[in-house]
Parts: sequence; structure tokens; C-alpha cells
Amino acid sequence: MRIPPGPLEFTRRTWIRLVLLATFAFLYAPIATLVAYSFNDSRRNIVWRGFTTRYYERAMANDGLVEAFGNSLLIALAATVVSTVLGAMTAYALWRFRFRLKPLCEGVVVLPIVIPEICMGVAMLVFFARIGWPGDLPWPISLSRITIAHVTFCFPFVAVVARARLSRFNDELAEAARDLGAGEWAVLRDVILPHMRPGLVAGALLAFTLSLDDFVITFFTSGPDTVTFPVKIYSMVRFSVTPEVNAASTVLIAVTVTVTVVAMWLQNRTRPGAAP
Amino acid sequence: MKPGTGPLLRVAGVVPGLWLAGFFLLPLAFVWILSFGEKQGLVAVDIVWTADNYLRALDPLYLGILAKSLWIAALTTVICLATGLPVALGIVFAPPRWRPLLLLLVILPFWTNLLIRTYALIAVLRTRGHVNATLGWASELFGLPFEPLSLLYTNTAVVAGLVYVHLPFMVLPLYATLHRLDRSLVEAAADLGAGHLRVCITIILPLAVPGIVSGSLLVFVPALGSYLTPDLLGGPDSQMIANVIERQFKSANDWPFGSALSFLLMYVTFGALALRSLSVRRPAAR
Repeated sequence: MRIPPGPLEFTRRTWIRLVLLATFAFLYAPIATLVAYSFNDSRRNIVWRGFTTRYYERAMANDGLVEAFGNSLLIALAATVVSTVLGAMTAYALWRFRFRLKPLCEGVVVLPIVIPEICMGVAMLVFFARIGWPGDLPWPISLSRITIAHVTFCFPFVAVVARARLSRFNDELAEAARDLGAGEWAVLRDVILPHMRPGLVAGALLAFTLSLDDFVITFFTSGPDTVTFPVKIYSMVRFSVTPEVNAASTVLIAVTVTVTVVAMWLQNRTRPGAAP
Repeated sequence: MKPGTGPLLRVAGVVPGLWLAGFFLLPLAFVWILSFGEKQGLVAVDIVWTADNYLRALDPLYLGILAKSLWIAALTTVICLATGLPVALGIVFAPPRWRPLLLLLVILPFWTNLLIRTYALIAVLRTRGHVNATLGWASELFGLPFEPLSLLYTNTAVVAGLVYVHLPFMVLPLYATLHRLDRSLVEAAADLGAGHLRVCITIILPLAVPGIVSGSLLVFVPALGSYLTPDLLGGPDSQMIANVIERQFKSANDWPFGSALSFLLMYVTFGALALRSLSVRRPAAR
């Protein structure tokens, strides 16, 4: 016999189940078809005509796409390293410092997260044009404009995550270290940084995916020779819907989902007994 | 805790501060100054401290686009709320072992590139896309005449795209609020004879208000400033304010006007955020 749902068993209500099902279908069906049709052996991309990896080969042979992918990875790596360092510093300073303008500083730190992306992109475009940032630098340095812009919107995220981690820090540990004769640097290196590490790892992975995925801000800072993967895909998408774009998109989805799953796994692994 | 004074702490405070000042506040200041400038020729701009750019933004054409952006963002927020509430409710009251999986399912699309998700919607919505293919197949099955719907390049497509992209932002804060909900209140209401819909409306909904407010803001603010979705899914009449800004900086090449519009968008965003801090403060004042 079927027991009718209890007062708290909302998940067993039919209408809630229907909404859940419809929502997940709505969220996943487009991505699932995109991935599926990247293996479809048909240019028209609408009827299934058998499995092929032809479009991956074709995407691999597209020099512009491969170069853009390399650029994206390089920018994301550089932006992650700088953002993690800056974010850790910000979190530490906001946590230790006591000063009158602190609420204002905390507000300014999250401002890059809050303001619309388009405003940030425009500001970067105007900034680099006005200060006359050279546009014809040799290759890896030519990516510096995009990297600087990415660091600016990534490191506040790292700072927020690391700051949240620090708020759970037991200050008696630092005091004990000081009593035992540790200087400020030793306390930071041996007590506080190890405590921050899970937050920094999570923040770094967040920064990596944010940088890898960003389109709008990059769109305003990239030049003809400095194209990132999303910007390249955008120019292809504007042109038409093709299986190559599907294949390239699937690769990017795979990279970000892998990084995210690794991040979540790392966080879950370090959560119990993370504080040394 | 002793207030920090060491050189280490100073470095930790100064370096990010300098970065923010140099690569964030200074660029914003440039845009702000530029918004009072006057276009002279192709690239030259004279800073003449005129308010003309802001006055031009009050032109009915641009006010209309701003109003439309506000309307599209509000509609997106309402639809996200209407779907997000039952979804969050379903996840909160799901059996504990299902909960992490359901939450992951909500979060995962959020980690997928915005551009790619929008592109995926194009493939679904276009005239020869999957929705029309399914509808065509279904009507053929029933022997009905079928005319492919033009779903793409409409305002509906823009709203659908914005909901698609922003739904996780609504579900997560709602989930966080409902998760902390005192379940004995729901049980008490049910004991006193309230049906489950009545429990939802009179007990759960009022208690979910903090989550509703932050979720709505997390959807409304980015939806208002969204560029990519209206650009790729919208038609010529579904331009939002960000598209106008982009055009001033790229094809129209009117940087002062674009700067003024960009600051107006920021002011509206801050206004929305200020409304929230008001609504948060009010219960405390009582």
C-alpha cells in the first residue's frame, strides 16, 4: 500500500517532483544535446547519423582555436597564481587589521564582484587605451592586459573564500605559537597559512574556472592577436552553429567540470580535521 | 588579538590595495571622467565637464531600453523565484542521501561556461533546432500541419536564456534559508489541520523571505547588466542596456556616451543593492 506523503515530505508531492524534473530537464537538455551532437556524423546537426570524432579532429586542426585554447590556459594559470597570492594577502590583512575605514575597504574589495561585468570590461578598455599600454608586445607578454583584468575580478573571490576560512581560526593557536617564541612571520607560515590552505585551494580553483570561462571582460581587453577560447568560440557562434563549435565547447565543459569536481573533492577531503 | 603593526601585515594590506587602486578604481575613475567629456573626431575626447552625455541618456529611446532592461531582469527574477522555490523546497525535504546529488545537479550548470550554455540554447531554439524538430515530429505523428515556430531572436528567448543562466543563483540562497527552517513550525501547522499548500504559503513563504531577497538580488543584478544573452538570443528589438554600452565602445565609437550609460547602469545596480540593505535592516529596527 502506498503511504500518503507526510507533512514534511514535500519531495514526495507530485507537483514538486514535476517541477524538479522539469527544471533539471531544462538545465541539462541543452548541454546534453550539445555534447551528444558533437559526436554526430552530420553537418546539419539535427538528425542523429551515427558516432564520429571527426569534429574533434577538425577542431584540433583549427590553428586559431588551438592557439586560443593555449592562451586561455596560460592566462587562467597566471591569473590563478597572482589572484591566490593577492587574495590570501587581502584575507589576512582584513582579518588582522583593525582600523576605522575597514568597512569601506571590505566594500571596495567586493566591488569587482558586484559591479556589472560590462562596466568592468569597459573600464579596462578605457584604462588600457588611456595609459597607452603597448598593443604589439611579443606573445606571452601580449596576454598581460587580459591577465591583469582577470586578476582584478578573480582575487576578490579568493579573498572572500579565504576570509571565511580565517573566521573559523582559533586564535589561541597563534597565541601559543607566539608564547613559544615564534615571530610574526613564523606564526603566519607555520600556523595561519596551513589553516588557510583549504580555503586558498578552493579559491584558486574558483579563480581558474572564472578566468577560463570569462567572456565579457576578455572581449573588451583582447586584441586581434590575443584571442581566448571563449572569444574565439563567440566569433564562431556568431557565424553559425557547427559541430566544430560543439566539439570545442565539449572540451571546455570537460575541463571546467573536471576542475570543479576536483575542487569539491579536495574540499570534502580536507574538511574533517583540517585545522592542524 | 593585538592590532597588527608588523611589516608583514603592512605588505599584506598594501599590495592588494595598490592593485585595486591601480587596476580597478583608476579605470573606473577614467570612465567616470570620460562620461563628462565631449567627442572630438574619431578617437579624441575633450573633457569639458558637460552633463550632455547624461542628458542624452534621458532621451526616450535610451530610457525605453533601460526600462526594457529593468522589465526583462524583473521578469527573469520572478520566473526564477517561481521555479526556484519549489525546487529548493524539494531539495530541502528530500531524503538526506539524495540531497548532495540534487544540490550538485543545481550547481553544475553554473560551472559551465556562460557562452556555451547560451550557444546550447541557440541550437535548441533555432528554427531548425530541437524544439521545432520535436514539435514537428509530434505533429506529424498526429497528422497535423506544422509550421516551425520562430523562437530564437525574440524577447522570449532572451528571458528564457536569462532564466536558464541565473536559476542556480536563486535556488542556492533559497536552499540555505529553507535548510535552517524550524521544521516543528511546519509540523505544528499540519497538526492544526493546514493542507500542504497552505503550509507553503502561510508558514514556509514568510520564513523564506531572507533567501527570497538575496536570491532575487543575485538574479536581478547580473540579469540587468547581461550582455551575452540578449546579444546572441535576442532580436533587433530585444537589446538591453549592456548591448547599447558595448555598441558605444565598439561600432558607434562614442566613448563619452558609453561611459555615461555605464555609470548609470552602475548607479541602478547600487540602488538595487541599497534597497536590499534597507529591507535587511528593517526587521532589526522593529
